[in-house]
This record gives sequence, structure tokens and C-alpha cells, in this order.
Amino acid sequence: MAKEKAIIRSDMTRFQWTIMEMKKHKVAYVMVAPYFILFTLFTVVPVLLSLVLSFTSFDLLNWPKFIFLDNYIRLFLDDDVFITAIKNTLKFAVVTGPGSYLLSMLFAWFINELRPKVRSIMTLLFYAPSISGNVYLIWTLFFSSDEYGIVNAWGMKLGLLSEPVLWFQDKKYIFVLCCCVALWTSLGTSFLTFIAGFQCVDFSLYEAGAVDGVKNRWQELYYITMPYMRPQMMLGAILAITGAFGFGGVITNLVGFPSPDYCAHTIMHHLDDYGGQRFEMGYASAIATLLFLMMIGCNLLINRILRKIGT
Amino acid sequence: MFENLKNKIKVAYRKHQTNKVQFKRSVTRSAGGDVGIYIMLAIVAFVMVLPMVYAIVQSLKPLDEIFVFPPRFFVINPTFDNFRDLFRTMADSWVPFSRYVFNTVLISVAGTAGNVLLSSYAAYAISKIRFPGRKGLFKIVTYALMFNSTVTGISNFIIMSALGWVDTYLAVIVPAFCTPFGLYLMKQFMETNVQDAVLESARLEGASENKILWKIAMPMVKPAWATLILFAFKDLWNTGANLYIYSEQLKTMNYAISQLVTAGIARSGVSAAATVIMMLVPITVFIISQNNVIQTMSSAGMKD
Repeated sequence: MAKEKAIIRSDMTRFQWTIMEMKKHKVAYVMVAPYFILFTLFTVVPVLLSLVLSFTSFDLLNWPKFIFLDNYIRLFLDDDVFITAIKNTLKFAVVTGPGSYLLSMLFAWFINELRPKVRSIMTLLFYAPSISGNVYLIWTLFFSSDEYGIVNAWGMKLGLLSEPVLWFQDKKYIFVLCCCVALWTSLGTSFLTFIAGFQCVDFSLYEAGAVDGVKNRWQELYYITMPYMRPQMMLGAILAITGAFGFGGVITNLVGFPSPDYCAHTIMHHLDDYGGQRFEMGYASAIATLLFLMMIGCNLLINRILRKIGT
Repeated sequence: MFENLKNKIKVAYRKHQTNKVQFKRSVTRSAGGDVGIYIMLAIVAFVMVLPMVYAIVQSLKPLDEIFVFPPRFFVINPTFDNFRDLFRTMADSWVPFSRYVFNTVLISVAGTAGNVLLSSYAAYAISKIRFPGRKGLFKIVTYALMFNSTVTGISNFIIMSALGWVDTYLAVIVPAFCTPFGLYLMKQFMETNVQDAVLESARLEGASENKILWKIAMPMVKPAWATLILFAFKDLWNTGANLYIYSEQLKTMNYAISQLVTAGIARSGVSAAATVIMMLVPITVFIISQNNVIQTMSSAGMKD
């Protein structure tokens, strides 16, 4: 193919050649059109639109008014709740992002040691919570605030608690409980990707490794398996990071909105508050743009780091 | 794949008359480590399953067992009363429960179908037709994987209003057609699993690209369909409260159930019944498609 290109190019410019290729493959553009028109409309345009609107004051009724950086200035200097939201988002992301990534990796690895039938069943058990919608609300029954909650009832019976604890309303427990629930539902797509990745490793590599002196399973994992499944690990990282920054719906359903003293108030909640309730669209767009930059930035950074594995 | 290799290697060993050699990585596997792993897996699997089992148990409890103190984990006289009550009370409500079910099924089926169709067309063109711009398009989609829809929610609301789609099914269904992950998965799978030589010979015979896609490429990527169906379906099935939907009669089952769960302990049996119905559907879809999904995900890595 490369040779062919060179021959064609000798008698025409790069531009002419591109146009010719485009004409030749007209049908391809027709095939990608439906997807990319919708994709542009619902993903590309919104990102650009929120960037533009973040420099304006806009209430959906009047035409947006350009106010330059005022929204950002207000966010950082005049909105204490937003600072809390950033802190909380980072706190949740730091725990649930790497947490879900490591859990997925570790258990995919363990499960890979099992026989195929058992492996399928275990995969199902670990994956099920993440696809079962709001089944995580069952945790509110475990940690129900009255004495009919299992944890309260047994805690009191065994003398560990003197009175029922308002688990999901008490600042001391909200963070830990929300992280637990989030981790419980987090063995999702990246987990499946890892399961698949472990299964693809060429077995002869392990034999060769054993001959070369790989002594235990940890060395095998680090020197053979991980470099081999780097593509899966990179995809898994992207999914874990995106999930970790975007998790807020779980908190709203467990704790309610707003959370006591804003102790579980994340950027997503702030966005919902201004965009969905107060209709300060310009301000909300500034929040969305910052969240967007955080997600992309973090992803690119981690991506860089993972590229270095095994090189 | 694993089984195949195992067999191949066994055959190879037999050829060398050393068929006693067992294919086990005994050098790198200590017995203690194996036991440790099994114990750990058992414990964590128990924790993973416990809440789901509890949901099922709770849904089978008669009213007097729900109010037992201290609460019992297991049920003594299981009944289906909660499921009956669920449909009865919900039928009396302002919007009948069947309407929520209908909404969820409609959104899930239509959204999933559109997603698979549009992703397949775009993925086929990008991975198998060498047109200028294909790499750029795919790169944009890869970047789109790096943020989620919370970011675009607000602007999308403005776009939906401009289109006049606010408070219609379209606002939920159509955006589901173009998920970045759908195109990403399909493209990666087609690239590794559809042989260019086969397509080339079909082209020489004068088949149109559309025909090649449906007659040759699509049958070769059945696992990827199954996977896309699972991922799109479980997301849509679990659609809850939505920024673009106000009318009660357009809301989903998931939304109706979260309302029930917050209604307190008297309804906890009923809400558990609803949760069980909700969770069984995606789990069933996963059980059916599991092998295909694993096969698809093995080609789904990020290749720089």
C-alpha cells in the first residue's frame, strides 16, 4: 500500500491525492455519517458549547451576556461550596479510582487461575453488582438508621452500639460507606477487560519465563503478564478514571442532596445544583468545563505513566 | 483460547513421548499461594453476593417477618406477596407501573438497536476502508472515552431544547446511538477479526460496501454485537431520573423504584421485589453473552 502511494504521489500534490482518495471512498463517508453527525451533535458540540458559555452569564431566557472570566473568578474566590466540592471529588476519586483499578486487576488475576467453568461463575458474581442498576440501594437497608437496619440491630444486640446510628447522615461514616458501595459496584467493564487480557497471554511465554528463572507468580505477573496486556491496562485505566470522577449519582441516592454540611458534595452535585435547579447555565458551564479538563488531564497523565510499563 | 492452547501443548508433549508432563505452571505456583487465593476469592465473592442475596430474601419476606426484631437475614415462610403487591399498588398509582416498564423496555430496545447499527457502520468504514480522515475520527472518539456525560449534560439540555426534544423519548434514545465506547469496541474487534483478504476478494467481484458489511463482516463479529448489546442495554435499562424528562408518564422503572425505596420500611419488601426484577434482566443478558463479551474485550485494548 505504501509503495502504491509513492507512485501515485509522484505526479500530483498531496492535496490532489487526498481529494482523489476521498472521491474513491465516497461510500465510507456515507457509512460514518449517521454516527458522527449524532456524535458531533451530542458530544463534540456540547463540550465546545460549555466552553463558550462558561465565559457568559446565561439563564436560558435572555441571550447570553459575555462576562469573560467572571464565572471562574467567582468559582475559585467566591464559592466556598465549590472548593469543598473539588476537595470531595478528589477525595472520592483518589480512593475509588485506583481502588477499583487495583481490585479489578487483582481479582481478574485470581479468577484467571480457576478452571473455565468456575471462572465463568466467579466472573458473573463479581461483575453482577455493577450492572444491576440501583441494587446498591439495598445497602441502605443494611445500614438503615432505625433499629430495623441489620447493622444497627446486631450492633446493639451485641453491645457494640448504644443507640441506632444514622449511618448515611453522619459525617463520620458517609465517606467510608459511599466509597465501599462505589467499590462494590466498580468491578465493571475494566474488570471484564482484564479477565479477557489475562486469557490472551501466550502460554509459551510462561514456559519460556520459567526456563529463564521466573520463580513465583508475582514475578510472572510483573515481567510477563503485565507488559503483554498493556493495551487492556490502558483501557482499564481510562474507564476507572472516568468512573471515579463521575460518581455522584450513587451519593445522591444514598445520602440525599444536599448532603449534611456538604460533606459529600462533589463537583457533579454542584453542576446539577446550578445547571439543573438554579438555571445559571453560564456558571454551570464553567463547572462542567473544569470537570472536563480534570478528567482529560488526569487520563492523559495516567496514560503517559502506563506507557512506561515494561519498557 | 486457553483450552485450545492446553490441548495443543498436550499433543506436542505426547509427540515427544513425555505425556506424563502435566501442563501446570508448578514452577511459579506455590501450594500456599493457591490456597490463599482461593480463600480470598471465597471471602470477597461472599461480600459481593451478600447484598444481592439479601435483596432476593427481602423480596420474599411476608410483612410480619419484615418487622421482626432483631431483623433476621433469612426468610422462614417465603411468599410472592411482595411481587403481587408491587403490581397491585403500582397499578393504582397515578401512572401505572406497566407504563414505567413500557418506557424502560422501549428506551432500552430502541437505544440498543440504534447503537449497534450506527456503531457497526462507522466501525466498518473506519477499520476496513482506507479513506482520508479515518484516523482523526477515531482519535476523537478515543478522547471522548476520557470524560463522561455529566460534563455534557448542561449543554445537551440546551441542544435538546433547541431541537424541541425536551420531555420526549427522543432525548433519551437518540444520544444513546452514538456512545464512544460502542464504536471503539466494534472498531477494535473488526480490525483484528475481519480479514482484509476476504473483503478484498469480495470487492473484486463487485460487491458494494454495504453488502460486504452485512454478508461478510457482520457474521464475523457476532461476539462484538453481543457485547455492544450488553453494554448499551444495561446502561439504558438502568436509566434513572433524567434532566430532559419531566412528565411522570415518560419516566423509567429505575426512577419509580428509587422513589419506592425511599418510602420507608413498610414498603421495603415491595421495593426489594422491584429491585430483584430490575437486576435479573441485565444479569440474564450477561449470562447469555458472557463468552462473547470476554472474546470481544480481549481485542479492546488501547493500542497506542
